[in-house]
Parts: sequence; structure tokens; C-alpha cells
Amino acid sequence: MAFRRIILGQVGRVGERSMSSWWRNVQPAAKDPILGVTEAFLADPSPDKVNVGVGAYRDDNGKPVVLECVREAERRIAGNLSMEYLPMGGSAKMVEETLRLAYGENSDLIKDKRIAAIQSLSGTGACRIFAEFQRRFCPDSQIYIPVPTWANHHNIWRDAHVPQRTFHYYHPESRGLDFASMMDDIKSAPNGSFFLLHACAHNPTGVDPSEEQWREISYQFKVKGHFPFFDMAYQGFASGDPERDAKSIRIFLEDGHLIGCAQSYAKNMGLYGQRVGCLSVVCEDEKQAVAVKSQLQQLARPMYSNPPTHGALIVSTVLGDPNLKKLWLKEVKGMADRIIGARIALRQNLEKLGSSLSWKHITNQIGMFCYSGLTPEQVDRLTNEFHIYMTRNGRISMAGVTTGNVGYLANAIHEVSKSA
Amino acid sequence: MASGHGDSVFANVVRAPEDPILGVTVAYNKDPSPKKLNLGVGAYRTEEGKPLVLNVVRRAEQMLVNDTSRVKEYLPIVGLAEFNKLSAKLIFGVDSPAIQENRVTTVQCLSGTGSLRVGAEFLARHYHEHTIYIPQPTWGNHPKVFTIAGLSVKTYRYYSPETRGLDFQGLLDDLNAAPSGAIVLLHACAHNPTGVDPTPEQWEQIRQLMRSKGLLPFFDSAYQGFASGSLDEDAQSVRMFVSDGGECLVAQSYAKNMGMYGERVGALSIVCKSADVAVRVESQLKLVIRPMYSNPPIHGASIVATILKDSHMYDEWTVELKAMADRIISMRQKLFDALQARGTPGDWSHIIKQIGMFTFTGLNAQQVAFMTKEYHIYMTSDGRISMAGLSSQTVPLLADAIHAAVSTVV
Repeated sequence: MAFRRIILGQVGRVGERSMSSWWRNVQPAAKDPILGVTEAFLADPSPDKVNVGVGAYRDDNGKPVVLECVREAERRIAGNLSMEYLPMGGSAKMVEETLRLAYGENSDLIKDKRIAAIQSLSGTGACRIFAEFQRRFCPDSQIYIPVPTWANHHNIWRDAHVPQRTFHYYHPESRGLDFASMMDDIKSAPNGSFFLLHACAHNPTGVDPSEEQWREISYQFKVKGHFPFFDMAYQGFASGDPERDAKSIRIFLEDGHLIGCAQSYAKNMGLYGQRVGCLSVVCEDEKQAVAVKSQLQQLARPMYSNPPTHGALIVSTVLGDPNLKKLWLKEVKGMADRIIGARIALRQNLEKLGSSLSWKHITNQIGMFCYSGLTPEQVDRLTNEFHIYMTRNGRISMAGVTTGNVGYLANAIHEVSKSA
Repeated sequence: MASGHGDSVFANVVRAPEDPILGVTVAYNKDPSPKKLNLGVGAYRTEEGKPLVLNVVRRAEQMLVNDTSRVKEYLPIVGLAEFNKLSAKLIFGVDSPAIQENRVTTVQCLSGTGSLRVGAEFLARHYHEHTIYIPQPTWGNHPKVFTIAGLSVKTYRYYSPETRGLDFQGLLDDLNAAPSGAIVLLHACAHNPTGVDPTPEQWEQIRQLMRSKGLLPFFDSAYQGFASGSLDEDAQSVRMFVSDGGECLVAQSYAKNMGMYGERVGALSIVCKSADVAVRVESQLKLVIRPMYSNPPIHGASIVATILKDSHMYDEWTVELKAMADRIISMRQKLFDALQARGTPGDWSHIIKQIGMFTFTGLNAQQVAFMTKEYHIYMTSDGRISMAGLSSQTVPLLADAIHAAVSTVV
């Protein structure tokens, strides 16, 4: 063939210009702090090792779980008629079901078609598209992010070129919410600021405002005309009841806020690697929702054109079938209950060991994570001496705690903290 | 329940225009005429006009579903390792020295679009030149991807309306005038939308020119195997550039050649001068991906990896792939013959000279509008038709429409 002749015959090594790489000045990037933990865990040969790093659910044997409702959905989907492109906005059916979860089964906003929504690449993708949308249409705005938050939140808004501010959130002394400072920050922010709020099961602290506190926050947001953007990655996974976990959002909606919301099925349906989620923006009317949705799609097009179909099919199959949906709700509650049980067990173990420190926060906090209060040095000791892997901010993924390892974990935490 | 409580901060958002390509299908679906033809979006259709899931893909998917030990955990940021290695081998060749020398970093991305975007963001951050030259014309989404990533977009001459072929001298002149180090987007094969590809000899000249000016090649490979029917042949342009030891970027898509459209399966490869550089480059690619979607979707890549690593399934795939390519080639011949038979004015040989999914007919916007109105033929207004949307049954309708259009509309 013509090409082979050319390659073998005429092409020499590049000599016309410098032989060095275009990329010689590229620095090695720092490892992702969260995902790097699992890498280190996998590399550890110790039989006692425990991974309480990354936030993926594990059963009581420490094994990843594929929900039964998901397996059934996949059996039905396999052999599907086509793998055609979804529209840019994704699966309409899946988006519709997903909005009902967040906004309520009988939401007027849905009936009145006031919500602009697209399928997204899980929670990350939803946040990123919103950040880009915010940049494009409110170019003078910044985003207020709680301290602390999921580390990737900072990366997302930074890469979307939206300036960031922070607001007080976690209170280290009480290992709870610094409500007074948070309200101060909300009041002193310029009117009409954009705020990132964790709808439930705050990541990494597990500290959520109470219902009363949410009402006060919502009221103050009204006074200031702030924009609330909710990241809801754990609906159903926190309390075991999706309706209850959406309470913060429902309070804001009752107060008439026009919110934005990122939803993820990574944890609550165990669809992690499928990358399924939804971005929604509440608008004044249907016409505006059509316009906003079209613009959200314009941001998806140059990023990935249209979202992946498989995960969306699983979601719409599960939520669209009453029996599968019931099964899902049962399985979600099962996961949440196991985590709540693990919290109780860890706290009891530490108290039984005679720790003089207070471990109330383990059961006060909610969701996947516990902000233990351990220092980076104590975390390093846990890793080096006990082969326990977690992020250096002291965040424990409760999903990694089992009846089999809770005693070992409590003992290790007690060892490194008792001299504190 | 909730009522509007004041102005939305997005009250001034206007509705975006319909995507010109996807809008064609929207219009087609609205048309109530029983005899209509959709030659808009580039997705393969069978002789019966139906979408196709390859048999080998079905089998692979079933294998995965039946394997209850499989879980749905997050992939690493760079995606499925096995998939990445196999994708690199597919495009660069199993014996590629670049691969053997560990000079290639490959990351799983969301089909071709996602691969282009990640590559463009990387270039905007780490490459000293921020201008990319794209062929005139090119896929409508190319300029959007590069612009939003922070690159500035210029064009180089490519298609010659007079010959309905390559404006080779124009291409060489424009690349010659580009600043040293500029990025150049190249369609690896089956140029979209024109179907016009350089010959091997022309590719060699392009390569020499680009290397002598230090222009950085960024290949978009969306049709490997789909164009000629041969995976190796369709990869020759890329391999030619890799053989000379230089660097390049390659965006691969499995949308068409594996029919995986909606699963969004693709890969970005960056060929570097050394293994050490490749490692550093990969670490930086992760920083682009993590704040975009954290890690790529597992399903499609698992199917592709299953097929590529099993020699029987791989062979099965090449047979099904060739069948798709052959059907398209036969549609070209049929359409050409039909126009000859009607004595349609003009030279229509470009239909059989062009390659891949699309034919740039040379029809103008008025002629296209005429064909839509009178014959219910749906296509993009630039005169591009998706050959995959044709069948033996529908070729006569299209030939009649083209004949009428060129005879009555100027």
C-alpha cells in the first residue's frame, strides 16, 4: 500500500528542528488527595489494612455492592435496541424522575415546567456545567463555598473561572456547625451572592444544619437575595429516607427561592462509575426554563456532546417501575442503616476503651463521612502504624467501617489520640 | 407551593439557536410526509433504515451483565487501563515503537468530543502556542470545543468547491504561513463533512511541512475502520506522523466504528518524546479531567475492552465493521449510477471519490431547501448528506431530488 512505501522509504527521524519535547516543562501534578488514599491502600500488603478513605459504600464484609434493583434493571436493558445518541440534555425520562426525587412527586414547579434540567456526568458534571453557566451569564458573580468542603468543588469553580470566596461552616471545637459565623458570613456577603450548599450529609464533615437552622438560612437568603446552589449527592443515603434528606431544598422552595441543584446517583443507587446525575435550575416561567435549558446544552455540547446512555437507562428503569422503585428505597435504607449502625458501634467502642475525649460527634454527624477531629499527624500514625487509610483532614468514610474492623479501628484511634 | 419570588438572576438568558446538525433530525421528525429521508446526523443505518447494535457488542454486553462479580466502582480518573492500552494499540499499531518505549499516554474520555476537549484544555495550559488551525470546512462542534478551552481558532484551506476535492495548494500555503509551533487539527480519515481525504503522497508532504515548521498535529480519528473498511489503512496518516518520532495528539472515538454512539467511548492519546514526559503529561491530564467529571463512564469502555482483547471477538468486529463500510461504499456507487442514468447535469464523480460517512454534494443552500420542501429530504444546509442514511430503496428518491434541484434551482 502507498502509505507503507512512504513510511518505510522516505521518512527519517525528525531532524529539521529541536529533538526535545514540547512538554519538557510540564511539571508532575500533585496526586489527588482523596483518590491517592485508595492507591496507597491497594499497595499496602498488610492483612490488617483498613480503607476508610474514598467515599464508596461497602457492605459489612467490606465489599462493594451492586444493588439488586440495579442488576435487575441491567438484565432488562441488555439486548436493548439501540445505543443511539441521547439528546444533548440527556434522557428526558430519567431527568423527569430525578426532578421528582428532589422537588417532590407533586411539585408545581415540575407541573408548570419551570425547571430547566439536563442529565449530567454525576454530581461533578452537574456542578461544572452550572459553574460554566454561572460564568457565562453572571460573569461578575463569585461562588461562596463552605469551609471545609469536598476538595473538588474548588477545582470545579476554578476551572470554570468563577472567583471563589468561603463561608464559615464547621466548628472544630464542637465538631459541629458554626452557625453564628455562617449566618454572619451570609449577612455580610454582597446582596445576590451565589452560595454552594450541601443539601444533606455534608462532605467531609457529616455536619448538617437542623431544620430550624435551614429555615433561618433560607430566610436570610431571601433578605439578601442570594442564589442557593445545592449539591445533593446523598439523597436517601443520609437518613435512609429520600424525602427527609431533601428537606433543606423543600424549605428553600417553599420560601420561593429559585434554586440550582446538582443531583448524583453515584452513592444512593451505587452507580458510581456510570456517571449519572442531573443539573436543574428553577426559573420564573416555562419560557425562561426553555431558554436556560438550551444554554445548559450549549455548555454540554463542547464538553462531551451528549451524556452516556447506560446509567440513565438504569435509573429510569428502576424509578419508572413501581416494584423496582420500592426495592430501591428498601436497599437505600439498608445502606443508610448500616452506616448509622457503624457510627454507633465506633462511638461505643471508643467510649468502652475509656477514651477521655468526646466522640458524640460520630453519631451526631450524618451520611457517608465522619469528621473525626484527628490531626494530620495522628492520621499519619494511623496509616504508618496501623495500616488505616483515610484523608489527612481526619475524614473517615463510615462505609469502610464493618463489624469486623470497628474494634481494630477504635483501638487505633484511641492509641493515637489518647495523649492529645 | 413555590411562586416566583423576584427576578431570576438568569432572566436575561435568551434561548440558544438549535444545533444545526441535530436540528435537522428535529425537523425530519416533525414532517408528516410518508415518504421522507433523513440524511442529517451521522449515525449508521442499515438497509432497512434502522440503527444497528453490532452483534459482537451485544455479546460483550451480555457477558458483562452475566458476570455477577463485576462492580460499578469509580474508574480511575484516566479511565479503564485495559481499554486505554488497547485503544493505543488500535490507532498506533500493535508494534508501535512509541508504545513499546512508553512514550504514549492514553486517557479514556467521553467519545471524540470529550477527547478533543481534554486535549484542548491541556494545550491551553501547557503548550506555548494557543492557536489551532482547523480545516475549512470542519465538523461544526470543532471551533466551539477549542474556543471554550481557551485556544484561538484559525482556519486553513481544505475543500475546493470547484473540484469538490482537496485544495491541496491552499492547504500547504496556509500551513506554511502559520506561526511556528501552532497546533493543526487533522482529520485522520473520512473528513467530516466533505469526505475528502489527502492521498498518501499528500499526507507525506503535509507531514514534512508540519515537522519542518514545528507545527503540532492534533488528529481527530472518528472513523477508523469505517472509512475504507480496514482499521490499519484508516490509521496510516496517524502512524506516518508517529513513525517520524515526533509528538502529536490523537482523539479517538468508538461512536461509529463500534456503534457505541450513546455510550460516549473514546480516548485521548498524547505521543511524547520520552517516557518521563509521558508520565508528567498524564498527571496533568488528570487535573483537567477531575474538575470536569471526575472519572469517565465505565459501561462503554468495558464493552470495547472486552472486544478488543479477545481475538475472536476482535475478528468478528472487523467483519461487521467492514460490512458497514462496504454498504456505505455501495450506496455511493448506487447514487452515482442513478445520477448518471438520469443524465443529471454536472460532474458527480466526487460521490465515489469521497470517503466515509458523508458526501459533500456541492448543492447550495437554496437547492437543499428545495429538496426539503419538494421531496422531504432532510440534510444540513451546507449540502452534506450522510450516506449511512441511504438504502437501495431510497437512492432513487434522492437522485430524483438532486436532479430536480440542479435542473430548476440555481
